[in-house]
Amino acid sequence: MLRLETRPQPSKAMSFASPLIALAITVVVGVVLFLILGKDPLAGLRMFFVEPVKNLYGLAELSVKATPLILIALGLAVCYRSNVWNIGAEGQYIFGALGGGWIAMQAGPGTEWMGQGYVVLILLGGVLAGMFWAAVVALLRDRFNANEILVSLMLVYVATLLLSWLVSGPWQDPNGHGFPQTITFLAQTKLPRLVQGLRAHIGLVVALVAVACFWVFMFRTYRGFALQVGGLAPAAARYAGFSARSALWVSLLLSGAMAGLAGALETAGPLGQLTTFVPVGYGFAAIIVAYVGRLHPVGIIFSGFLMSMFYIGGELAQSRLGLPKALTGVFQGLLLFALLACDTLIFYRVRWRSAPAAPPTSNISSTAAAVAKGA
Amino acid sequence: MDGLELLIAASLNAGTALAIAGIGLLINERAGILNLGAEGLMLVAAIAGFAVAVHSNPWLAFAAGMAAGALLAACFGLLVIWLNTNQVATGLALSIFGSGLSAFVGIPYVSEKLGEQAQFKIPFLGDIPFIGPALFRQHPMVYIAMALVAALAWFLYRTRAGLVLRAIGESPESAHALGYPVRRIRMMAVLAGGAMCGLAGAYISVIYTPLWIEGMVAGKGWIALALTTFATWRPARVLLGAYLFGGVTMLQFYFQARGVHVPSEFLAMLPYLATVVVLVLISRNASWIRANMPASLGKPFFPGS
Amino acid sequence: MLRLELVNISKQYPAVKANDSVNLRVLPGEIHAVLGENGAGKSTMMKMIYGAVRPDEGEIRWNGQAVNIRNPQEARALGISMVFQHFSLFDTLSAAENVWLGLDKSLSLAEVTQRMMKVEKEYGLDVEPLRPVHSLSVGERQRVEIVRALMTNPKCLILDEPTSVLTPQAVDKLFVTLRKLAAQGTSILYISHKLDEIRALCTNCTVLRGGKVTGMVDPRIETNAGLSRLMIGAEPPQLQHRPAQLGAVVLDVRGLNLPKEDHFGMNLEGVRLDVKAGEIVGIAGVSGNGQQELMAALSGEDTRAPTGSTFLFGRDISQAPPRERRKAGLHFVPEERLGRGAVPTLSLAANTLLTRTETVRGSGWIDTGAVAALAQSLIARFFVKAGGPDAAAKSLSGGNLQKFIVGREIDANPKLLIVSQPTWGVDVGAAAQIRGELLALRDKGCALLVVSEELDELFEICDRMVVIAKGKVSPSVATSKATIEMIGEWMSGLWPQSGTSNNAEAAHAAA
Repeated sequence: MLRLETRPQPSKAMSFASPLIALAITVVVGVVLFLILGKDPLAGLRMFFVEPVKNLYGLAELSVKATPLILIALGLAVCYRSNVWNIGAEGQYIFGALGGGWIAMQAGPGTEWMGQGYVVLILLGGVLAGMFWAAVVALLRDRFNANEILVSLMLVYVATLLLSWLVSGPWQDPNGHGFPQTITFLAQTKLPRLVQGLRAHIGLVVALVAVACFWVFMFRTYRGFALQVGGLAPAAARYAGFSARSALWVSLLLSGAMAGLAGALETAGPLGQLTTFVPVGYGFAAIIVAYVGRLHPVGIIFSGFLMSMFYIGGELAQSRLGLPKALTGVFQGLLLFALLACDTLIFYRVRWRSAPAAPPTSNISSTAAAVAKGA
Repeated sequence: MDGLELLIAASLNAGTALAIAGIGLLINERAGILNLGAEGLMLVAAIAGFAVAVHSNPWLAFAAGMAAGALLAACFGLLVIWLNTNQVATGLALSIFGSGLSAFVGIPYVSEKLGEQAQFKIPFLGDIPFIGPALFRQHPMVYIAMALVAALAWFLYRTRAGLVLRAIGESPESAHALGYPVRRIRMMAVLAGGAMCGLAGAYISVIYTPLWIEGMVAGKGWIALALTTFATWRPARVLLGAYLFGGVTMLQFYFQARGVHVPSEFLAMLPYLATVVVLVLISRNASWIRANMPASLGKPFFPGS
Repeated sequence: MLRLELVNISKQYPAVKANDSVNLRVLPGEIHAVLGENGAGKSTMMKMIYGAVRPDEGEIRWNGQAVNIRNPQEARALGISMVFQHFSLFDTLSAAENVWLGLDKSLSLAEVTQRMMKVEKEYGLDVEPLRPVHSLSVGERQRVEIVRALMTNPKCLILDEPTSVLTPQAVDKLFVTLRKLAAQGTSILYISHKLDEIRALCTNCTVLRGGKVTGMVDPRIETNAGLSRLMIGAEPPQLQHRPAQLGAVVLDVRGLNLPKEDHFGMNLEGVRLDVKAGEIVGIAGVSGNGQQELMAALSGEDTRAPTGSTFLFGRDISQAPPRERRKAGLHFVPEERLGRGAVPTLSLAANTLLTRTETVRGSGWIDTGAVAALAQSLIARFFVKAGGPDAAAKSLSGGNLQKFIVGREIDANPKLLIVSQPTWGVDVGAAAQIRGELLALRDKGCALLVVSEELDELFEICDRMVVIAKGKVSPSVATSKATIEMIGEWMSGLWPQSGTSNNAEAAHAAA
């Protein structure tokens, strides 16, 4: 029978291998799923893993999706390492879109002197708005000990409804034929593109810079160390004198800022206006990105691109093979499940153990009976 | 919806799914397992139940929902109990997976309708003015939910098996030292809890709003999680809290019928804001929560350490 | 005929052979000691007898017949019952419910409660059956454990280090109970590392060292030195004692009142205490009397103390957080190594950063090279057996990790070192080394405050002692003038209640 044995030292090799094994498991299940649906599994795999990276256009599209995922996941990684379970990144993303979008809507003749620099204001607005929404969660946990998982999640629903109200009410485009959407933002608000003709924008650069900053923060600063100790061993953090309250606020504000930044980037970039379709689940997919990336900034780059491949692959599979787009969600969830299972291998070894040789023996109950009778 | 008695009736209806999911989660948490995958479980059970209901009757649909819930819960239990994965992350994974899976499986059912809904009424009691329409014209599942709550309370506090379950939630290490099969009992709790969440999910898609839309559980799984804390892990309070939340959810329709001029989106926010408010009120006294919460909740258990 | 016999029993764990062909022979009605230091293999042996663990090789015989004990229920069915060192109790349930859970028969709760009261009366172990366990003192909790074991009518009762939570007077009462049981024919397996107790109580003794049996002797005719030689292969290491060179008052606690933070805690009341440079002051006391709360208040993990209660070199630090106290020269070694003194999954190098920030630049940048060098120097200086500065904290044995943690704080050149349970769960060699380091630190002029549940340890290294009981602290007494009986009484709160703090003469007169 299989037994799990604790490793004396967590295995670094498995740390790298585990996401790959998890991916392999997901692919295998995917192939099975394709067969069940009566589609050619090789074609399906091609949609997900080959088509998106075939050319520069594909890579540009990948980067557009990967940028918000990476940004949000960076913030979430800090949170989860500190044992602060921010599940409401989607709501903070929405608020970032609202904040950035509002500033974008104020653009007009009066702001033309700023040129493209206006974009900085938009991004700043997104960051602040995202931080605000996360601060609500932090405050309720700090003052009232309210569980941040449930509060942050409830606030996602509230944010979604708020967006819906704004784009069908006060912020609705008067010339929009009654659709729930704002005006299309002016050209001034558009994010500068990286390459002419492709949709990749400076958001990618921002994301990569963020990766570097987060790496330094988490692994080379005392503050980052303190946050992680808080997540690994709260009693040790208390002993060392690391404030749990400051860890709570720093991680929530940071992840709120990142989610808000992602929201603003999307609004000023690919979307160009606010609609009810702003929330697409990046906030939740980023949770998976964070985990598959081992809660590590460099790993998150890879898992961010991997997750984008799932998104784009799903879209291609729908348009070209007639497979439902909902497949993407299934694969994402499956990947996380498989990863969590594989992660046990980092801390445990699997061993075959045969049952111990039983010494020549009599049955327990007859021995007990004999004892009761005579001894 | 007009009239207070209809509001009460609707609250009971709306609260039933919450109550059933709530006691499912209660069973889990009393054993020390935190299952954040409730929303995903309920979604998958909802589509399973709806699919079966389209082809046969509601009672088989309930069974299908329970089976689906138990099956997914088994996967969850395998990971958190035997592989000791992080309960929060695994629960989230289950929710995300369940959400994706239910959307995928539900595609062919989006425009399906179930047959005519039967109208139920308890003879005699259902005819009493005001109380009759308020309380006694519900689907049988509403009353079954109340019975389930009573049964759970009896089980937890009056049987030895219930005592063992509470002991395991308090200290799995001590229970293990005494020779109890902690992991097996926890797995049974997870399966039972999953079946309950599944039943709740099926109720939502078959009785409460008999149709299928992606994501139709709309956060009830999460609210049920808040409920167990709100109820300080006691079955009767779960029922009470569920009906209160059901009431808050129904308030939006009540206000609309009364012509209250608040944008519908804000009324729709009510259940979620109410959850936040309730969490804040109940969690303020941290040491009281600690004294009532099953001490091993969410923590991994390693036998033979 | 032997009641219980272990024949060539072996058990291998991944890193160590815990039991190597051990033999054990227990007669009916015998009080049989199993002696060995921490890590010798005593608990593994007991776990196999009790059914929690299966042996790899060898045979267990019960009343002459070979048996295969697969789980604790089967052990109980045979008549083997165990009282654990770390209680297997459920805090929120009542004593009766706890006992009920430990029994296999299908008796009702009411029947169990009734029988409980009968058993308690017979053996002098009073505990109210309906009280929730969290409201019981540690001694009372142990009584619940013992009652639970007795109610299975055991033919063999195993007690694992039962006296670490008892005052000396309570230990005597326990021995009376055990002798009564033995006279009725029950065999008793008494696991301990306390030589005096074993010689006072037991009629037979099996000594374990490094997983092997090194001797089967009659403790009544052995000396402590003889037993010690069997247990660790040598005489107990002697420590160098120099007379204390006292300096100024370093720590001054003036009437500390601190309400408990937790439902299950203990209030501190009017704690008065002082430690001078160049001396070691010990705090004796049975666990659960406020030591945790006092340590947290002194280390800075709990900053709720009212101002004006705690002074370091005359500076009020009552509400200072830990980092500020460390800057002022106060360092602390907590009793929990893994999870509080060190983070289990982090490397030794990273663990230095918990309390040593010399390797961090002003901007917050961590100099990883310096961190590794610091860890390496600690490993070398304190003879820590580890895989290097990158070894995870949890890969070290208890003794080595404790040496590292104590070393980390000593190396910081503290002015005041507070240590809680310095040698708990540590093998004799490491324990002697740690005590030697503490004495050396004191000789250099540091002030030390040591909390320990091992009276012998306190008597060995402390210059003065106080006792903590029910959240209050006694006046101090010079170790040379104190006796075990006196301290034992004080542990029940029975110290002379005079108005001033340091009243050694009054204490001496009362003793």
